[in-house]
Amino acid sequence: MNAESAWRLIVGIGNLYRRDDAVGIAIVRRLRPRVPADVRVVEETGEGTRLVEVWRGASSVILIDAVQSGAPPGTIHRLDARTQQIPAEWFRCSSHAFSLAQAIELGRALDQLPQRVVLYGIEGLNFEAGEALSRPVEMAIDAVVSQVLGEIGGQISTR
Amino acid sequence: MSNRTIKVDFLARVEGEGGLYVQIKGQRVSSVKLKIFEPPRFFEAFLRGRKFSEAPDITARICGICPVAYQMSACHAVENALGVTVLGPLRDLRRLLYCGEWIESHALHIYMLHAPDFLGYESVVQMAQHSPDTVKRGLRLKKIGNQIMTLLGGREIHPVNVRVGGFYKAPTKQELREMIDDLEWALDAALETVRWTASFSFPSFERDYEFVSLRHPSEYPLNEGRLVSNKGLNIPVAEYDQHFVEEHIPHSNALHSTLKARGAYFVGPLARYNLNFERLSPVAQEAARAAGLSPVCTNPFQSIIVRAVEIVHACQEALDVIDRYEAPQKPFVEAGPRASTGFGCTEAPRGILYHRYRLDADGSILDAKIVPPTSQNQKSIEADLWQFVDAHIETPQEDLEWQCEQMIRNYDPCISCATHFLRLKLDRE
Repeated sequence: MNAESAWRLIVGIGNLYRRDDAVGIAIVRRLRPRVPADVRVVEETGEGTRLVEVWRGASSVILIDAVQSGAPPGTIHRLDARTQQIPAEWFRCSSHAFSLAQAIELGRALDQLPQRVVLYGIEGLNFEAGEALSRPVEMAIDAVVSQVLGEIGGQISTR
Repeated sequence: MSNRTIKVDFLARVEGEGGLYVQIKGQRVSSVKLKIFEPPRFFEAFLRGRKFSEAPDITARICGICPVAYQMSACHAVENALGVTVLGPLRDLRRLLYCGEWIESHALHIYMLHAPDFLGYESVVQMAQHSPDTVKRGLRLKKIGNQIMTLLGGREIHPVNVRVGGFYKAPTKQELREMIDDLEWALDAALETVRWTASFSFPSFERDYEFVSLRHPSEYPLNEGRLVSNKGLNIPVAEYDQHFVEEHIPHSNALHSTLKARGAYFVGPLARYNLNFERLSPVAQEAARAAGLSPVCTNPFQSIIVRAVEIVHACQEALDVIDRYEAPQKPFVEAGPRASTGFGCTEAPRGILYHRYRLDADGSILDAKIVPPTSQNQKSIEADLWQFVDAHIETPQEDLEWQCEQMIRNYDPCISCATHFLRLKLDRE
């Protein structure tokens, strides 16, 4: 891949009207004005096949989504999908439907995964219909924003 | 074999959000309970006090898979209230946008969710390992549907370019013509999808359904028509509430929709096809016949072929619209507020989606009603499972679980707007 076409991607996943599910979107909206020029920032609903299309051609992708693993609300999980299994049960879909976890597996099966795939999962509390984030989830946003900025800034550093 | 339970959990982030439970006592099914979570209830409340012009954008967010359906039903209902009619190229553009959503949604359901059931794969991931080219064909087909949605809607997942009266910005003739090569590829791929799905083996199953869909004097139904059924229903959309009722069911937090006169009914591709076969484009009719489908198909498992036939139709219709398109002078028809009530119903990929809005003189929404297709199919899904499990009570556990799940998927229950994802578990006592 030549330098001109090399680009990185950050995907915020969520639904603005499902309370804590919106946290991925809230985070990428904070990140968007602060990322280096080679980083594209998009918002997605989490429908898996779209993700496989969206990250095509990117050299790396950071996915940010709310999860439910049973950890305390606001917990920040960071997984490297190239080396770690993404727990399917964290997401709102099972192995019989099309989730983020499955999108990663489908990308792997079709050899359509970026070289680097990192997932930030923010533990949610309330996924009912509605607009406001839960307090612990809201509180986690700053930390994720700095962590992601640190991560992508490090990548572009030439030193 | 004594008592046992089949559980199909709509595994969701909200505990207890939904699920399906089939109980078997001895050799008979004793109970089938479907629970579904319904965001539209929240949105109905959320819409109160908002301006009529906000309805398409707000309701589009109910569903990430079929935002266009919500926008279209909202636009038609509001325009009906305001006495506005959208014709010519603007009406065509709406049909084109809707074709994009049908292609996207049907390709997703056929390739990623339903076909693996028929072919014995646990999921599309396994299917991709064995037949990567087939999965890639499905993904490309879906992507072409998404491209149409992006071109006309402004964005793929929550299209922002749709407004009451038309669009904020209409595409140029050239922009549409640039879609032709992809759509020609998509038409071929859709025909191949019909042949491919027709080669699957189908469990034999029939029930005496009441199929309900829109019917238009000359078009295969998308945006407009009367509500008709194979049992004599034939009403304008404005009479929906006189004939259909939503009931609170003790085991579910959602509403079950029924026909007042006859109970359960069936909406979606199979209903549209059975009630409108002769309105399909010739290439789609021919594809259906060549695949061995007659103009009336009553085995719900074969809905996967019908979905593929509808992709063929949508590709052809999209090409026809592009062929005759001349950009309109103005991208929308003006709509001013007035106190009134409006009704709209369009054909979402999974079936009819009904909206009703009551507006005050300033154009504020006084109340809204939204009935998504999946809540209309709930009773039919329950009845299918009841009959199917009763007839296959001796089937080994694992096979029966598989077939129950496959059966629920016949209805393409909306994973975003009415249910979440399903996981099936069968317990024997």
